[in-house]
Amino acid sequence: MKLFILTVMNGMTLAALYFLVASGFTLVFGLMRNVNLAHGSLYLLGAYVGFNVADWTGSWFLGVAAGFLGMAVVGAILQVVIFRRMQGQDLRQTLVTIGLSIVMADLMLAIWGGNTYQFDPPSWLSGPVQLMTAPVVKYPLYRLVLFASAIVIGVGLWLLLNKTRIGMMIRAGVDDRGMLAASGVNVQRIFTITFALGAGLAGFAGVVGGTALSIAPGEDTRYLLASLVVVIVGGMGSVTGAAIGAILIGLAEQLGLVYSPTYGVVYTFLIMVAVLAFRPQGIMGKAA
Amino acid sequence: MSWATTNAAPKPATPAWMKVIRPQHVLVALFLIAYPLVASPFWIVQIGAQSLFLGVIALSLMFLAGYGGMVSLSQMTVAGVAGYMVAVFGTNSTHPLFGWPLWVAVPIAIVIAVAFAILIGIISVRTAGIYTIMITLAIGVAVFYFAQQNYAIFNGHSGFAGLPGPEGFGLNWRDPMPFYYMSLAVAAASYLAVIYLARSTFGLTLQAIRDNARRMNALGFWVNLHRVVAHAVAGLIAAVGGLLYVWMNGRVSPGTIDIGPVIDILVIAVIGGLRHPVGPFIGAVLFVLMKNFAIDLISPERFNTFIGLIFLAIVLVSPDGLLGLWRMASDRFKAAGSNRQWSNSWRNNNSK
Repeated sequence: MKLFILTVMNGMTLAALYFLVASGFTLVFGLMRNVNLAHGSLYLLGAYVGFNVADWTGSWFLGVAAGFLGMAVVGAILQVVIFRRMQGQDLRQTLVTIGLSIVMADLMLAIWGGNTYQFDPPSWLSGPVQLMTAPVVKYPLYRLVLFASAIVIGVGLWLLLNKTRIGMMIRAGVDDRGMLAASGVNVQRIFTITFALGAGLAGFAGVVGGTALSIAPGEDTRYLLASLVVVIVGGMGSVTGAAIGAILIGLAEQLGLVYSPTYGVVYTFLIMVAVLAFRPQGIMGKAA
Repeated sequence: MSWATTNAAPKPATPAWMKVIRPQHVLVALFLIAYPLVASPFWIVQIGAQSLFLGVIALSLMFLAGYGGMVSLSQMTVAGVAGYMVAVFGTNSTHPLFGWPLWVAVPIAIVIAVAFAILIGIISVRTAGIYTIMITLAIGVAVFYFAQQNYAIFNGHSGFAGLPGPEGFGLNWRDPMPFYYMSLAVAAASYLAVIYLARSTFGLTLQAIRDNARRMNALGFWVNLHRVVAHAVAGLIAAVGGLLYVWMNGRVSPGTIDIGPVIDILVIAVIGGLRHPVGPFIGAVLFVLMKNFAIDLISPERFNTFIGLIFLAIVLVSPDGLLGLWRMASDRFKAAGSNRQWSNSWRNNNSK
């Protein structure tokens, strides 16, 4: 029973992390039809940058801010310098992101080496909390905070998309890019903002996720896979779908890891196959 | 979703197939056959044979992408499954399971790999275009993690080593010369098969589906069946290439199907060009040469940055790879035909 509760808690923590990474991925895809396969690299780069800044300044929060802002700037540069030139050429954009992820992974290996980095949250955020008395279940406070922050960001994204002017423009762009441009909106600016936001979320997730788990080469692939599966399951372009997909995949991964250790990935795979069989566009996706 | 234009469709099948053979074809064939007689073992195996079988695996991607409009990133995974299965059912020194002779293990491995390719096809053809990349990449990475964590079948992190190569006719086919000719035979057979298939009814239908799936559906063609069959054909080609891959190395491990090799196959196919079956082989030769000799120019650890930048440059400059560059150059030289039709193909992929 205790194991089950802890496993579910771990699953939800992982789901929170997956949601943070995948929501940026799905936003960018929904608006620009840009499958950013370098999204995992942005996660890892954000984590490294955040680690270094936290190390220099001694402030974990500055590290988080640096991870977010740094990747947002990188994302905006990528959009302005590269992707703007190949608007509407899906495959070419995707190939470019693959090329970027190869180069980024290699350069990060060159700069930060193959070591595993771990860094601690501020002391008042660490340490265990007692959740239940019978059976006694204790859980790291930091992971609860991570989970709460994912909810806050999820709600924030929802508010941004549904209650603000810029969100309205993004949603309009998801539905019909041409029409949005025709109504006098500077679509390129919206694209840049969305790309920066999506990349920033990946960087943010990198720092908070890297604090909860660890930072090492190869994590980029792991979170790329997570983002891919989460948005395939949840539906491309839907933030709600990303939340549902993240919970399904996070729980499946942790429960699989505990109850059938060598077949854990199979569950992730089966969920993806089952969703594709019944709803090829994903749970919350709109039919193409 | 289609991203190649109609003008790429090959000319209707010529019954007099002899007519299509030109002097340069004979020259290339003669060079390929005579090559091992003049080259050192390193050049025969590491450069020659390796380019051939990497070209074969990339050819399976070119077939799917060029004729079917489906960019599948799981071709290396299919090849790896064939390699894994020949280790599981055949003999190996690390984790013996069945220990059957190769003439039993090889057909089983190929059948399982093709079945796996068909499964990938069934999963991925319901969505199209850019989604195919995402789904096949997700499948490829999932198989990698599965192979890494599963010890019962895949022997986990270490995989299998000590795989024997095929023997027969008094030869050990892993010796440089026999291995080269075996790879050459496989490459030639796959190349000709793809050329033939592209001009067959099936191939023409597949290209029509690539260009306009909706219309073909309306005309009464079973679009998804054609796509799944294309996955099966590509799976067969990739599986044979995968067998050569593991025979050369004598081992197969999760590293064989890690995201790096998976992307390498895409890099090879894109550098060479996805328009013609010769592209993947050109890309493979270039890739293997760079992998072996870029060390002299840059530090060996930074090879990925180097190849990644080359890949980026090719994608940014010439969407159709070196074949596209060649075509652009010859077009400009002749001052006839326009380059526009080549770049157009990359803009058409927004149509659903």
